[in-house]
Amino acid sequence: MKIHIDEDKCTGHGVCEAIREDVFEVGDDGVAHLITEELTEDMREDLQDACDQCPTQALRLEG
Amino acid sequence: MSTSRLVVVGASLAGLRAVEAARRTGYDGPLTLVGAEPHLPYDRPPLSKEFLAPAPQPPEPPTHRAEHSLRAELDVDLRLGTAATGVDTAARVLHLDDGRLPYTGLIIATGATARQLPNTPELAGVHTLRTVEDAHRVRAELDAGARNVVVVGAGFIGSEVAAAVRKRGLPVTVVEMAPVPLVRAIGEQMGSACARLHERHGTDLRCGVGVAGLEAGEGTDRVERVRLTDGSTLDADVVVVGTGAAPATGWLAGSGLEIDDGVVCDETLATGAPGVYAAGDVARWTNPAFGERMRLEHWTTTAEQGAAAARNALRPVEAQPFETVPYFWSDWYEHRLQFIGVPTAEEVRVVTGDTDSESFLALYRQGDRVVGALGLNERKLVMKFRRLIATRTSWRDGLDYVEGTR
Repeated sequence: MKIHIDEDKCTGHGVCEAIREDVFEVGDDGVAHLITEELTEDMREDLQDACDQCPTQALRLEG
Repeated sequence: MSTSRLVVVGASLAGLRAVEAARRTGYDGPLTLVGAEPHLPYDRPPLSKEFLAPAPQPPEPPTHRAEHSLRAELDVDLRLGTAATGVDTAARVLHLDDGRLPYTGLIIATGATARQLPNTPELAGVHTLRTVEDAHRVRAELDAGARNVVVVGAGFIGSEVAAAVRKRGLPVTVVEMAPVPLVRAIGEQMGSACARLHERHGTDLRCGVGVAGLEAGEGTDRVERVRLTDGSTLDADVVVVGTGAAPATGWLAGSGLEIDDGVVCDETLATGAPGVYAAGDVARWTNPAFGERMRLEHWTTTAEQGAAAARNALRPVEAQPFETVPYFWSDWYEHRLQFIGVPTAEEVRVVTGDTDSESFLALYRQGDRVVGALGLNERKLVMKFRRLIATRTSWRDGLDYVEGTR
C-alpha cells in the first residue's frame, strides 16, 4: 500500500494531516508531505478517507 | 444486507461520496444516483476561483469521476438530468419527473440553490454563481469587458468573485448588508480583518447597506444601476449576487419529513422516516462535536456526510453518529483563509501575526474550550486545530500548543 501526493494539486489544506497526523504533515512550503513510508493495513480506512476528503484531490492510495 | 435498493438523490459531492462508500462497504445490490443537473458530479469550489481567471478557452470544471468509472466500476445506475419531485416515505417510493423509483434506503443529497435578490426584475447582466452554467455566464461577462462590476454579498462567493475581478484589473464594488464580510462564518471581529484584505486589493467594500433595487438602461433589459438602501446608486453593467444558498427542499413538501432550513436529521443523519437519510448542504443534523444542530455548506463536511449517510443507510442497526469539526477555506487575492470549528465565541484572540499583516492565526474560545481557529496564510498551523478541537482541548492547552510551535 502506498500513498502518492500530487504536489501540483496539493495546496496545503491539511485535511489529510487532521485525519492521520502520523502520516501527513503540511510543511513550511505550504504543501503536504509524507512523514512515514510505513503504511499498514489497519490504516487503510483512514488513508482512504484522507484521499476522499482532500479538497484538491491530490492524494491517491495505491495497492 | 438489509437494503435491497439504495437510491441517492443529488449527484454532486455528497451523492458521489455516498455511492462510493456504499460500494466500499461491500454492498453489491442495486445502486441508483439521481441528479437534476445534466452533468457528472463536478467540483464547485473552483467555479468562483480559477474558473473566472483569464484564459483563451473557458476551462471545464473538474469532474470527480468519469462516467465509465461510475457506471462500470461502481455499477451505478446513473440518472442525470432527472429531478426528484417527491417522496412517499410510507410506500418507500421516490417520485421523479420521468417516473418512480422504489427504494429500501434513500439518501437525500439535493444540495442548495443560490438565493436571488428579492423584489428585483430579471435583467441581463445579473447572475448568481452556483452551477457551472452560472460560472460560464459570469466568466463570459468578464471576458466581454465588464466595466463596473457590483457584487452583492461579501461572503465566500462574493468575496472570491471580487478577488477574481480585481485580478483582471477591473473595478469592483462589494455591497454587504452586515457590518463586515463573513460575519456569520467567522464573527465580527475577524470579519473586519477580512474587510481590510478587500481594501488593500482595491475592492470598494460598502458594508451595512443593502440593495434597494436594480435599474435597467433606458429602453433595454440590461442592468445599468444598483440602487442601495442608503439612497445612493452604483453604476453597474454586471451584478453578481452572492447572498447565500437555500437548501433544496421544495420537492419534499408534503413528504412528512421535518424541514427546518434543511432536512432535519438526528446524529446519525437519519430523518426519522424508515430508511431515509440526508447528507450535504441540504442536511441539518445534530453535530455531537458541539452538541449543536447545524447545516453546513462546506466541501469537506459534504464529502464526509455522503459517505457516513451511505454506511448508516446500509446498516441502520449499527448506525454511527456523524461527528465533525467543520472546516472551510476561501481564497481571496493571493491569500488563503481557513477556518476550523465554530465562530460563536466569548473571546477571539490573535495568537500569531497580526490582523494587519499577511498572516495570522486567531483562536475562538467558548467557556474553557477552544472551539474555533481562523488562519490567514497559516497553512502549517491552522489544521492542527482540527484535531485539537475534536478532542475538546482546553483554551489554556490550545494557547500552550501555539507557544510550543514557536
